[in-house]
Amino acid sequence: MTGLSHHLIVAPILVPFAAAAIMLFIDERNRVTKAMISLGATVVMLTVALLLLHMANGMENADGNAGGVYLLGNWPAPFGIVLVLDRLSAMMLMLTATLSIPALAFSLARWHNSGPHFHTLFQLLLMGLNGAFLTGDLFNLFVFFEVMLAASYGLLLHGSGQLRVKAGLHYLVINLASALLFLIGVSLVYGTAGTLNMADLALRLPDLAPDRRVFLEAGLAVLGVVFLIKAGVWPLNFWLPTAYSAAAAPVAGIFAILSKLGVYVLMRLIMLTSGDGTALTEVAQTVLLFGGLATITFGAIGVLASQALGRLAGYSVLVSTGTLLTIIGVGGETSASGALFYMVSSTLTIAAFFLLIELIERGQDAGASVLAVSMEVYGDADEDDADDEIGVTMPGTMAVLAFCFSACAILLSGLPPLSGFVAKFAILSGMIGSGAGSDTAISTSAWVSATLLILSGLCALIAMTRSGIRTFWASIEGTVPRVLVIEVAPVLMLLTLTLVLTIGAGPVMRYMQETTATLSEPRNYINAVFEARRVGQEAARP
Amino acid sequence: MELVLSIGIGVMTGSGVWLILRPRTYQVIVGLALLSYAVNLFIFGVGGLKVNAPPLLGTGADVSTLADPVPQSLVLTAIVIGFATTALFLVVLLASRGLTGTDHVDGKERPK
Repeated sequence: MTGLSHHLIVAPILVPFAAAAIMLFIDERNRVTKAMISLGATVVMLTVALLLLHMANGMENADGNAGGVYLLGNWPAPFGIVLVLDRLSAMMLMLTATLSIPALAFSLARWHNSGPHFHTLFQLLLMGLNGAFLTGDLFNLFVFFEVMLAASYGLLLHGSGQLRVKAGLHYLVINLASALLFLIGVSLVYGTAGTLNMADLALRLPDLAPDRRVFLEAGLAVLGVVFLIKAGVWPLNFWLPTAYSAAAAPVAGIFAILSKLGVYVLMRLIMLTSGDGTALTEVAQTVLLFGGLATITFGAIGVLASQALGRLAGYSVLVSTGTLLTIIGVGGETSASGALFYMVSSTLTIAAFFLLIELIERGQDAGASVLAVSMEVYGDADEDDADDEIGVTMPGTMAVLAFCFSACAILLSGLPPLSGFVAKFAILSGMIGSGAGSDTAISTSAWVSATLLILSGLCALIAMTRSGIRTFWASIEGTVPRVLVIEVAPVLMLLTLTLVLTIGAGPVMRYMQETTATLSEPRNYINAVFEARRVGQEAARP
Repeated sequence: MELVLSIGIGVMTGSGVWLILRPRTYQVIVGLALLSYAVNLFIFGVGGLKVNAPPLLGTGADVSTLADPVPQSLVLTAIVIGFATTALFLVVLLASRGLTGTDHVDGKERPK
């Protein structure tokens, strides 16, 4: 791990940043160039993510733990900011890159025409996400969060229209308020522990004087609330379905991973505080358990009650978050690796579903009118109509859409044979099956969680069947939407990926198990950060 | 000085929270601005209050006579980011006003 390959760690941040910067200089009319740069950047990012995944996977075998740490500006930890690549962050980078290509390809058909700077904002969003996954510093995390959020405000408003501006207004206020909470939490942590480096914080945590500890715990709790808002835990999630269903389809597709960012940071913080030996982690896990259960319930009821498909997808995001938080709350390694698998599978599913919804609703009045409004607000509808027509129309549109819809239904409800089933099976076997350990009794919380998990799947199945019948069999208008191949291809690609996940479940699951093993050993992470060698300094510090 | 600072933070936070819970977008943006001032002062506060203490470490200088530079740099970043996002909110506020014709946060007046 020397030389150039080491610098790959910073590439997921630099590539989208450079692409976004270049695209700012290109005129808005030159859309094809912009689209090509943007697509090129995401392909490069996917390649880098693949290499990093490979790197993270072989890390222990190659040369100890120190390889995955990148010292920005060559300052040693804890004085400088570090980027840390471990299995979890590599997986999240991979997921982001995988998601970004279909979302971007989908936007090429028409959405990137309906407002300025779509590609720039998209790349900045990716930069913020990648940075937040990689960073090992709390304040740097805040900065990348803000980069990501600032881009997401712009993207949510993309296409304009009254509905989006209203949802965007609420989304903005919630996130500005939570950014302030983030700052309060970070400054409390700094004021008491005297460090912002996550690894250093984990080291200092056990030796803190009790009077300072109170404030540190308060700070961590405030931070926890912030990430729970991002993740969309009940009762901090009423904004989420509205915002996600108002967003343009490709934007909603990439937004599917934003709520997972909150879950990711919570996992990271719990991992780092777990070596502390006090009740801190248990308290956090209890909060997550109850929050998660409430979120699943709320999400499942919302899924059942949704009339519009967009809201159904929004509530599915909540169910998926709730499931993840619950499993973190229950604990246990087998179900935790199942949860990681579920995270990947459900993110891909929900993204595919968001893209699909726009195609289905295009034939219906509601969807068409939203599009008309955005065209009207943005003006030059006549000019854009011309290049809308370019492209191959999908043959057998309804059949393909219905096929994709049923695949989404199967994935969301966790039925065999697709990856949603594998994920839920792994989770349940960790909770109440063979993975739970035969000598210990199964806890009540595990039973309750497992029951709710299965019930939420049932709710998703009922809701999806109902809307499927209404859309495809008993459609009132009977109009076939005009769908281009480039719009269906991303959906099919995402669904194929879930199929690949199912077929390759063995190796993927092994990776997830190794990831959870790393997560339960915070020492490795901490050592890696502190043993990171500076460039030009040969021997590791003692 | 600690007392003045904490009263200042408290008053601004209180007013800010009250304002962001109000139904008008203008009240919300003023509330957010007040809250961000309060948070910026709070970040200053966690570094410990010192008067006439430089944040620069010279060789052989006594650390206790220096101010902690980290909260100052944090506050600078927070100000920049807060300013930018508030400006963005202002744009969305105006867009909402233009599209709906009302400054209510829900885009419509409560029926009387």
